[in-house]
Amino acid sequence: MLSSYAGAMDTQAMHIANGIVDGPVSAIFLIVAAVGLAFCVWRAKLDLDDRLAPMAGLVAAFIFAVQMLNFQVLPGVSGHLLGGTLAVMLVGPYVGALCVATVLIVQCLLFADGGLTALGLNITNMALIGAAVAYVLVAALLRVLPRNPAGLGATALIASVAGVVLASMGFVVEYALGGTTELSIGAIAATMAGVHTLIGIGEGLIAAVTVVTVARVRPDLVYALRHFRRPVLAKAVIA
Amino acid sequence: MNNSLHLDRESPIHRLSPEVKIVAVLLFTVIVVVTPREEFAAFAGYAVLIAIVAALARVPAGWLLKRATIELPFVLLAVVLPFAGHGERVEWLGMSLSVEGLYGAWNIVAKGTLGVLASLLLAATTTTRDLIIGLDRLRCPDVITQIMTFMVRYLDVLADDARRMRIARLARGYDPRFLWQVKAFAVGIGALFLRSYERGERVYLAMLSRGYAGRMPVTVGAPAPAAEWVLSAALPVASAGIAVTALLA
Repeated sequence: MLSSYAGAMDTQAMHIANGIVDGPVSAIFLIVAAVGLAFCVWRAKLDLDDRLAPMAGLVAAFIFAVQMLNFQVLPGVSGHLLGGTLAVMLVGPYVGALCVATVLIVQCLLFADGGLTALGLNITNMALIGAAVAYVLVAALLRVLPRNPAGLGATALIASVAGVVLASMGFVVEYALGGTTELSIGAIAATMAGVHTLIGIGEGLIAAVTVVTVARVRPDLVYALRHFRRPVLAKAVIA
Repeated sequence: MNNSLHLDRESPIHRLSPEVKIVAVLLFTVIVVVTPREEFAAFAGYAVLIAIVAALARVPAGWLLKRATIELPFVLLAVVLPFAGHGERVEWLGMSLSVEGLYGAWNIVAKGTLGVLASLLLAATTTTRDLIIGLDRLRCPDVITQIMTFMVRYLDVLADDARRMRIARLARGYDPRFLWQVKAFAVGIGALFLRSYERGERVYLAMLSRGYAGRMPVTVGAPAPAAEWVLSAALPVASAGIAVTALLA
C-alpha cells in the first residue's frame, strides 16, 4: 500500500474513514463482514482446532509487523505490504482472512485508522474479498503453473494484483451503493483500479519472493503447497 | 505495546471500564455519521463534546491534532470533490465549484475528523490489554479476542525481530534504495514469517503443557458497575440531544 509521508507520523490512514459511505450501506456490510468472519472462524477451527488462537495471533502480529516496515519507493513516498495474499498462501484462506480482519479491528480501535462505522466495509474489502480472490486464484494457478519456484512466485504475483484490485473494486461497489457525494462511478473505478494495480504489483513482488523463500526452507509451512496440490500429488503417487 | 497511542494519565476517563468507553465511542460515531450534513450547528456541538471529553481525560489538544493527521489522505480526497462533483456550480475566487461536491467535502472532513478524534480519545485513555478485556465483556467472539491477545502480545517481539534483521543487513553494507531492495526486503519477510510461525508452535506447546484447552482462563476483575454505564452514556445522550435539537430546529 502506498502512502505519503506527512512528517509528523509515518503512518497514514489507508482504510475507509467515517462519513465516506452512508449509514445504511455501512450497516449492511457490517452484517456481511460478521457472517463472512463467522464462516472463516468455523473453517479455521477445522484447520487448526485449539491451535487456532496462538498460530493465527502470531500470523496476525506478523502481518502487522510487516505493515510497519515501510520501504522507500520514491522520495517522499513509501510503500508497505497489506499482506492479504501472503497470508492466504502461508496460512490458508480462513486463518488468513481472520488475521487480516483482526489487524483491521486493532488498527481501527488503537490507531484510529479506518472509521468505526466503516469497519464492516473495510473487513469486507480487505479481509473477505481480498482473501477469497487470492484463494480462488492460488488454488487454480497452482494446478496450472509449473511446480517450481517460478510457478509459485508467479502465482503469488498474479493473486496479489488481482486480490488488491478486486478489493478496491469492493470499495467502488460500496461507494456506488451508498457514497455520500455524487461522483462519476466510472472515474472512481478507473482511479482505484489504476492506483491499486501499482500497489498490487509491489505487493505481489514481495509476496512472491517471500513465499518462495519460505517454500525453499520449510515447504511444510506453506499452506498453499500442502492443501492445493494434494490431488495432484496423490495422483502422482498412485501413478 | 510501545507504538500504541495510549497516553498514561490519571483522569476520570482513564479510570472508566473499557467496555463502557467502547460503547460510548461507537454510539457517538454512529450518531455523527447519520447526522445530515446540512446540520452545521450539530457538528459544532459534537466538536464541543469532544473538547470536553479531551479536557476531562487530560489529553492535550496538540497531541490530538498531531495524531489526527492520519486522516490527511481523506482530506485530500475532500479537496478534490468540489472540482469533480456534479450538478449545480458556484463561482468562488474565479473557480467553478460544485455545490454537491462542497457539501460532500464538508461531510467527509467533518464526520471523518470527529470519528478520528473520538477513536484517538478512546486509544489515548485505554491500554491495549483493557481494550481486549472490554471487547470480551461486550461478547465479542472469543476467537477474535484471543487472536487479538496473541497478536498484541507478540507484535513488539516481531517488530523488534524485523528491526534487528534490518540493522544486521545495514551493518553488512546493505544500501536500501528504490526497487533493488525488494528482494532483500522480501527475503527478510520470509525469514520473519519462519521465526513467527516457529515461535507460534513453541508458544502453543508451552501453553498445552500448562493445561491450555482452547480457552484462556478469566483472571481479571468485574465488569463495569451501572454507575459507569450511566456516566459514559452522557456522551452519546448529549450528542443524540444535539442531533435531535438540530433536526427539529
